Amino acid sequence: MDLNLDAPHSMGTTIIGVTYNGGVVLGADSRTSTGMYVANRASDKITQLTDNVYVCRSGSAADSQVVSDYVRYFLHQHTIQLGQPATVKVAANLIRMLAYNNKNMLQTGLIVGGWDKYEGGKIYGIPLGGTVVEQPFAIGGSGSSYLYGFFDQAWKEDMTKEEAEQLVVKAVSLAIARDGASGGVVRTVIINSEGVTRNFYPGDKLQLWHEELEPQNSLLDILNAAGPEPMAM
Amino acid sequence: MTFTVPIDNGDSVRIAEEESQRTLYPYVTGTSIVAIKYKDGVLMASDMGGSYGSTLRYKNIERVKAIGKHSLLGASGEISDFQEILRYLDELTLNDNMWDDGNSLGPKEIHNYLTRVMYNRRNKLNPLWNTLVLGGVKNGKSYLGMVSMIGVSFEDDHVATGFGNHLARPILRDEWHADLSFEDGVKLLEKCMRVLLYRDRSAINKLQIAKITEEGVTVSQPYSLKTFWEFSSFHNPTAGAEGSW
Repeated sequence: MDLNLDAPHSMGTTIIGVTYNGGVVLGADSRTSTGMYVANRASDKITQLTDNVYVCRSGSAADSQVVSDYVRYFLHQHTIQLGQPATVKVAANLIRMLAYNNKNMLQTGLIVGGWDKYEGGKIYGIPLGGTVVEQPFAIGGSGSSYLYGFFDQAWKEDMTKEEAEQLVVKAVSLAIARDGASGGVVRTVIINSEGVTRNFYPGDKLQLWHEELEPQNSLLDILNAAGPEPMAM
Repeated sequence: MTFTVPIDNGDSVRIAEEESQRTLYPYVTGTSIVAIKYKDGVLMASDMGGSYGSTLRYKNIERVKAIGKHSLLGASGEISDFQEILRYLDELTLNDNMWDDGNSLGPKEIHNYLTRVMYNRRNKLNPLWNTLVLGGVKNGKSYLGMVSMIGVSFEDDHVATGFGNHLARPILRDEWHADLSFEDGVKLLEKCMRVLLYRDRSAINKLQIAKITEEGVTVSQPYSLKTFWEFSSFHNPTAGAEGSW
């Protein structure tokens, strides 16, 4: 079995961005793979661009890192010149500029999400090639293939913050269940007028899906479960 | 290979020169555009799909846009390149307006500009991966033309891109005539779009029809067409079959 440890680091990934009544929720898995080996099982794929705009990264880890680094740099200068926070649309267009003009070399799909005082919560999808699509919700990465049907059914307009985050966590968790290139923990970032909140959902805190079993410490615990339970842990 | 990055003085800097760039393949694509001249101007129809390979990924992409007061541009092919073309045209119309001389760019001028852009990109082996349909009305005269990604450019009474060439144009050749009313024109386009919906895998059932007349541009709201499945031979095609067919 060839692990191909020299393969470029790729974030197979599942990334999601969802608008709700008042802001946006961004979500992602945490697996970075080199070939078949999991190089990082706890990556953070939701990267800050400004105080109010974040980006979910998928595809080549290197490409997505360098693009978001450049855009963070440009946005920083833009904010100084503008004298107020950058808008989500400007961030998305800067990403588009790099993605489109270097389309032959880059292999990264991005979801830009944030909140500004003019438009409120907004999500922009920027797939391979550099198309920009403003959407009420966006999905990306290899794991997203398994979520098109799910979102077609489960998505609705004007969700609350709690409903939106639950939807995102459920969706990433479902994708992790079926996509070998996605895994680890579910990270979410909620952005609204009040600020930014980061959340962390480890694998064992997630709902179990089809043919998944409740995790145990050991077989021995199962075998001994007939009698009175020993002290936990 | 060159990585292009803007620097502080407004220029772009190229890092690490190597062999020249070329676009190899499209990623997010739009399918057919169908357009016809009618009594008052031009009608143009397209669906709202953006495909990502075989996945019908985006279902709300507007592929027909107004350009100035007198023209309508529809595009099939790579959506990011269409978005770039719209930026070029924004710049063109802005510069034209700055003359403030009462003149405005008509469809013939826009079509010519696009032809030059597409052909010159083709010559550099770095095409904009689109087939464009340009329709418009200026000073009472209707105009309808097309430019392909290799710079082939022509005008006609009815045009179609992609699958539309094969499925819609035969219908239009038979049923189009001069001075169609708005209602007949829309019905004709819908007939073409329905066939495309049946037979083009990348078509989706959500379309817009745009109209341009001397008065200006109107793009309809998105809507869906009814489809027909009640042919008797559809009900039980394998009834008398031996085996699978």
